[in-house]
Amino acid sequence: MDGSQAHISGISKSLTGIAGFDELTLGGLPTGRPTLVCGTAGCGKTLFASTFLFNGAREFDEPGVFVTFEERPVDIVSNVASLGFDVDDLVNQNKIYLEHIAINPSELEEIGDFDLEGLFLRLELAIDQVGAKRIVLDTIESLFSAFTNPAILRAEIRRLFDWLKDKGMTTIITGERGDGSLTRQGLEEYVSDCVILLDHRVQNQISTRRMRIVKYRGTAHGTNEVPFLIDQDGFSVLPVSSLGLNHKVSDERISSGVADLDSMISGHGFHRGTSILLSGVAGSGKSSLAACFAAAACVRGERAAYFSFEESRDQTVRNMLSIGTDLQPYIDGGRLLHFAARPTFYSLEMHLAVMMREIGRFDPSVVILDPISAFSGNGDRLEVQSMLLRMVDFLKSRAITGIFTHLMHSQVGSDETDAGLSSLMDAWILLLNRENGGEFNRELYLLKARGLAHSNQVREFMMSRDGIRLIEPYIGDGRAMTGSMRRSEEARNRRREVERKADLTRRTREIEQRKRQALAQIAALRAEIEADEREIETVQSAEDVYLDQAASDKREMVQSRRAD
Amino acid sequence: MADASGPKKLVLYIAGETPKSLAAIRNLEKICEVSLPGRYTVEVVDLKNNPQLAREHNIVAIPTLVRELPTPIRKIIGDLSDAEKVLVHLKVGDDQ
Repeated sequence: MDGSQAHISGISKSLTGIAGFDELTLGGLPTGRPTLVCGTAGCGKTLFASTFLFNGAREFDEPGVFVTFEERPVDIVSNVASLGFDVDDLVNQNKIYLEHIAINPSELEEIGDFDLEGLFLRLELAIDQVGAKRIVLDTIESLFSAFTNPAILRAEIRRLFDWLKDKGMTTIITGERGDGSLTRQGLEEYVSDCVILLDHRVQNQISTRRMRIVKYRGTAHGTNEVPFLIDQDGFSVLPVSSLGLNHKVSDERISSGVADLDSMISGHGFHRGTSILLSGVAGSGKSSLAACFAAAACVRGERAAYFSFEESRDQTVRNMLSIGTDLQPYIDGGRLLHFAARPTFYSLEMHLAVMMREIGRFDPSVVILDPISAFSGNGDRLEVQSMLLRMVDFLKSRAITGIFTHLMHSQVGSDETDAGLSSLMDAWILLLNRENGGEFNRELYLLKARGLAHSNQVREFMMSRDGIRLIEPYIGDGRAMTGSMRRSEEARNRRREVERKADLTRRTREIEQRKRQALAQIAALRAEIEADEREIETVQSAEDVYLDQAASDKREMVQSRRAD
Repeated sequence: MADASGPKKLVLYIAGETPKSLAAIRNLEKICEVSLPGRYTVEVVDLKNNPQLAREHNIVAIPTLVRELPTPIRKIIGDLSDAEKVLVHLKVGDDQ
C-alpha cells in the first residue's frame, strides 16, 4: 500500500535510512527537492541531516555533499563516528565530500554589489567530484551573520534553491527556530516542498524529542507530533500510530507458567495475544507472577520481553531464583529481554515509543510491563490510559500476549479506580493481601477472563522454593479460610479423623473379644453336655448290669428252690 | 616601511565576465592608478576557469578582492564602487 500511494501521488522519494522516518513519510524525503529541517538549538537537526546523507552514500548508492557553514568537518566526522559512520572511509571512496564554508565577518568588507557565485562554483565542484545526488546545507542561515546586505542574500538563496532543484539534488537545509517563525531568517518561504520541525521539550524535568512534518507537498502525511530518539543507534523516529480494533484473534492457549492458575481457566491457560492485568497491593506477588509468564514463554521456546520500571535485571533474576525460577539462562540465551528504565527517564510517549522499538526488534511473544502504575506520576490518568491503549493495540496487532502489573494503593474500592484500565484488558487477575487471624495471606482471584470459563474461587497464593502454588481455600463454617487458619483447621480435621479411626478399631476389637468369649462359653457348655451324655451312658450301662444280675440271681434262686 | 618590500599583490576573484565583475576590475584599476600608484599589483582570477581556487582561497562572494599581506588578511567583496571605502580598507594595518 505504501508503495502504491507514493506511486499515485507521482512524487518520487529518497529513503533516509532513518528508522521509522521512511515509514512515516511513506518513502523518505522528496527526491530532487529541498527539505527544510528546523528546530531549536540541540534538537538534532545536524544529526538528522548527516544520517540522511551518510546513509544515502553507504546504503543507497547516492553520493552526497555535506556543506557545513558552522562546524568544522573534523567535528562532523567525529560526531557521527560514534553512530557507526566511518565518514573518512566514505570520503576516501569518493562517496562523500565535506565542504566547509567558513566566513569570518571581521576580515570581510562589503563595498557595492556582489553575488554568491563563488559558493555556487564550490558546490558545483563538490557535486561533480562525487557525483552527488544528495546535499546538506548546515546551516545556511550563518550566511546572514556574515553578510550585511540581506536583500542580496535572499535573492541569492532563492537562486541557490532553484539551482539545486534544477540539478535534481535531494537537499536538506537546516535552520534554527526563530520567534514566531520556523526559522530565524524565514528560510521556510524558499522551501515549499517539505518542512520538518524538530522539537525538544521539557516537561516535569523530562525532555522529549518530537518531530512534526509541517508540510510535505504532494504526499499524504500525518501532522501529528511523533517522538524521536537519539541514542547509540543514532537517530530513530518512533511513530506511535494508533491502531484499530481489527486484529486477528487466536484460539491458541498459552500457559501462564503456574499450573494451578492454568487449571483455574479450564486447564489450558490464557488465549495467545490477550492482555492480562495483574493488580494488587504492594508485596502481593505481581512481579513474580508476571515473571512466571515470561519464564513459561521461554520454556516453550518463544521470546519474552520484560520491561521493568522498578527493578534492575539482576534484581529480577535474584528474586525469581528465590521462587525456583532461574531466568539467567534465558537472558543469556537471548530468549528473555529484560529492559529496565525508570519512569522518569523518558516521557510517557517516549517510553511507549522505546518499548515499541524494542518489541519490534526483539519480536517477543510475551511482553511484560511491570508496573504500569509507575507512570501515574508522569502524567495524568488520561495520558497514561491513552498510552496503554496504544500499547495494548500494538501488542494485539502483533498477537503478543501482554502482561501488565498494576500497583493498587488500597484493596477497597479498587474495582472503580481501575475501571478505565480494566476495560482495556482481556483478563484481570486480582492479587490480594488480607489480614486474617493476625497474619497477612496472599490471595488470588480471577476477576475476569474474556472468552474463558474460569473458576470463581479465591485461591490462596503461595510462593515457595518450588514455585507458585494456588491452593484451594478451606471452606468451613460458612467461610473460606487461608493461611494458618486454613492449616490449623486442616490439622484439626486430620486429628479428628485419626481419633475417629482409632475409635473404630477399638470398638471392632471389643466386639471381636465379646464374640470370642461367647464362642468359648458355647464350647464349655458343649463339653458339659458331652460329659452329661457320657454320665447318662454310664448310668444306663450300670442299670443294665444290675438288671442282668438281678435276673440271674432270680434264676439261681429258682434252681435252688427246686429242692422243694 | 611597508613600501620597502615593493608593490604588494592584490587578487581579484571574479566568475565570468559579468557586469559586476567588469565594474570591479574597472574600479580597482582606477583606484590603484589614481590613489596608490606603484604600491599594488593586481591579479584577476576567473574562478569559472578554475573553480578549485574558490575552495582553496575560501571564496564565497563574487567579486572578492583579497589582500593577503600585510596581515591581517582583508577581503573586500562587491563591485568596489565606493573608492573612498576601498582605500580605507586597503590601508588597514598598512599605514602607521
